[in-house]
Amino acid sequence: MALENTAIQEKLAATFAGDVFNFQQERDIFSFEINANNNTAIILFLKNDPDLRFHFLTDLCGIHYPDNPVEKQFAIVYHMHNWYENKRIRIKAYLNGENPEIKTVTNIFLTSNWMERETYDFFGINFIGHPQLKRILNMDEMISFPMRKEFPMEDGGRTDKDDRFFGRTIDNC
Amino acid sequence: MSELLLPPEHRYAKIIKEHLNEDGNELSILNLGPTHPATHGIFQNILLMDGERIIDAEPTIGYIHRAFEKIAENRPFYQITPLTDRMNYCSSPINNMGWWMTLEKLLNIEVPKRAQYLRVIVMELARITDHLICNSILGVDTGAYTGFLYVFQFREKVYEIYEEICGARLTTNMGRIGGFERDWSPKAFELLNTFLEEFPPAWKEFENLFERNRIFIDRTVNVGAISAEKAMAYGFTGPNLRAAGVDYDVRVAQPYSSYEDFDFQIPVGKSGDTYDRFCVRNAEVWESLSIIRQALEKMPAGNEYHAEVPDYYLPPKEDVYHNMESLIYHFKIVMGEVPVPVAEIYHPVEGGNGEIGFYLVTDGSRTPYRLHFRRPCFIYYQAYPEMIKGALLSDAIVILSSLNVIAGELDA
Repeated sequence: MALENTAIQEKLAATFAGDVFNFQQERDIFSFEINANNNTAIILFLKNDPDLRFHFLTDLCGIHYPDNPVEKQFAIVYHMHNWYENKRIRIKAYLNGENPEIKTVTNIFLTSNWMERETYDFFGINFIGHPQLKRILNMDEMISFPMRKEFPMEDGGRTDKDDRFFGRTIDNC
Repeated sequence: MSELLLPPEHRYAKIIKEHLNEDGNELSILNLGPTHPATHGIFQNILLMDGERIIDAEPTIGYIHRAFEKIAENRPFYQITPLTDRMNYCSSPINNMGWWMTLEKLLNIEVPKRAQYLRVIVMELARITDHLICNSILGVDTGAYTGFLYVFQFREKVYEIYEEICGARLTTNMGRIGGFERDWSPKAFELLNTFLEEFPPAWKEFENLFERNRIFIDRTVNVGAISAEKAMAYGFTGPNLRAAGVDYDVRVAQPYSSYEDFDFQIPVGKSGDTYDRFCVRNAEVWESLSIIRQALEKMPAGNEYHAEVPDYYLPPKEDVYHNMESLIYHFKIVMGEVPVPVAEIYHPVEGGNGEIGFYLVTDGSRTPYRLHFRRPCFIYYQAYPEMIKGALLSDAIVILSSLNVIAGELDA
């Protein structure tokens, strides 16, 4: 593969210094973390740099980590793909649990419009500058964010399913 | 009239008011969907129209949202396959196999060559049915019912093959970690061979009905065209992107399940319009048929159909009754108590509509910590309003069916 991990790492570290860190090869994909405050600059750089050319945003989604310290309770995960070199990367940006917000990348990738709306819909993450940040799959009247871990999937009052008999506790299922 | 349909604060209501009596015409609102026979699924578009021409569109989706990602966080891994069935239900085996391959990547399981080839066959059959439905329904939407009748029986033939392999037809829930739940019966291969004999002439006839058909060409050429740059910016993948001239295909870019062993072309179009999308899908069906033939030819001898992974692969039922070890494995697998590493996996496969991605985050417990499906329909459907701007209402219908938007995949 022509585009090596070290080349990506060196380029990013040279331009953004402390805002990109934790580089590692996770199985078949090169991944790293970024400082959420600088996400647009880093993603724009990855897209436009003549060597990196990560021109395709494959996927964008959120993750909730309620057990993390408060400044790392949400994460936004970007999967980017360079078709010229056939290289994928995964970028993670951790967000504050109290008031999760990050700048939108809709002006860099048109496709992120609905992906960010979906992430807002399910996690309540605010994408600053998004042109139309409203719910997409759930109904507009909903007040909770269902993919957060505290949101129960089933009615808590059900008695016909007793998880104790299956070796499960509230924490592991 | 329009006031009845929209609340006064809606932006379309304002536009209509502003343009009232400008040139003697009044702009109007049309609700396309949510349940309209021509939308082939439940999704709504509020269209702002000037006569027959569409000025703007506002899509509403989510009518059949079933919270698969939330459900997946509460299910052991093997119970997630039925959820994947219900995404793109025109080609469920591709989704099933994609999910198993994600798990195999997570658990570092090497699938035997023969099982990989069997998977390739069933995935290509699924691609054929997916494209067959899309193209023949596109014919129906342009007024040509006949072609649909010619080829639709072959979807039935494919479903009979699925039935022989896994017992189900539409929502297949096919396979296991490491391969298939049982070996393919001789009957399955017999049905497959009959299909390979009978289907190509019918598909040729179908092509002949449409490809040089004057009415069809008038309805589709230069309708809903999208440039390659725009398509990539919108995250298009699959046949819709290839119709715009970009030869990106996951089967070639990141071969999985031994796709690198087969010799096939990636058909591409030029203008990215409805006609090109139709032709790309037609050509892909021929490539799929060729892949299936190659797979049958190169099929390794023997009857291996799954990997030897007792921790994850259910033992034969008769052993469970007579053998302590098998009983233990059976119990642990069914209860979801299998060892799972802590990892983050992204696995893409080429689905009927483009790159289906499974982003799986595990924390070592019996369920995924987070599972995100990259659903190609959801991603490219956001380009729809832009594609139909300036088109006629009848074009909007044709563009929608040529994009092959499947409601199940759109809403997950």
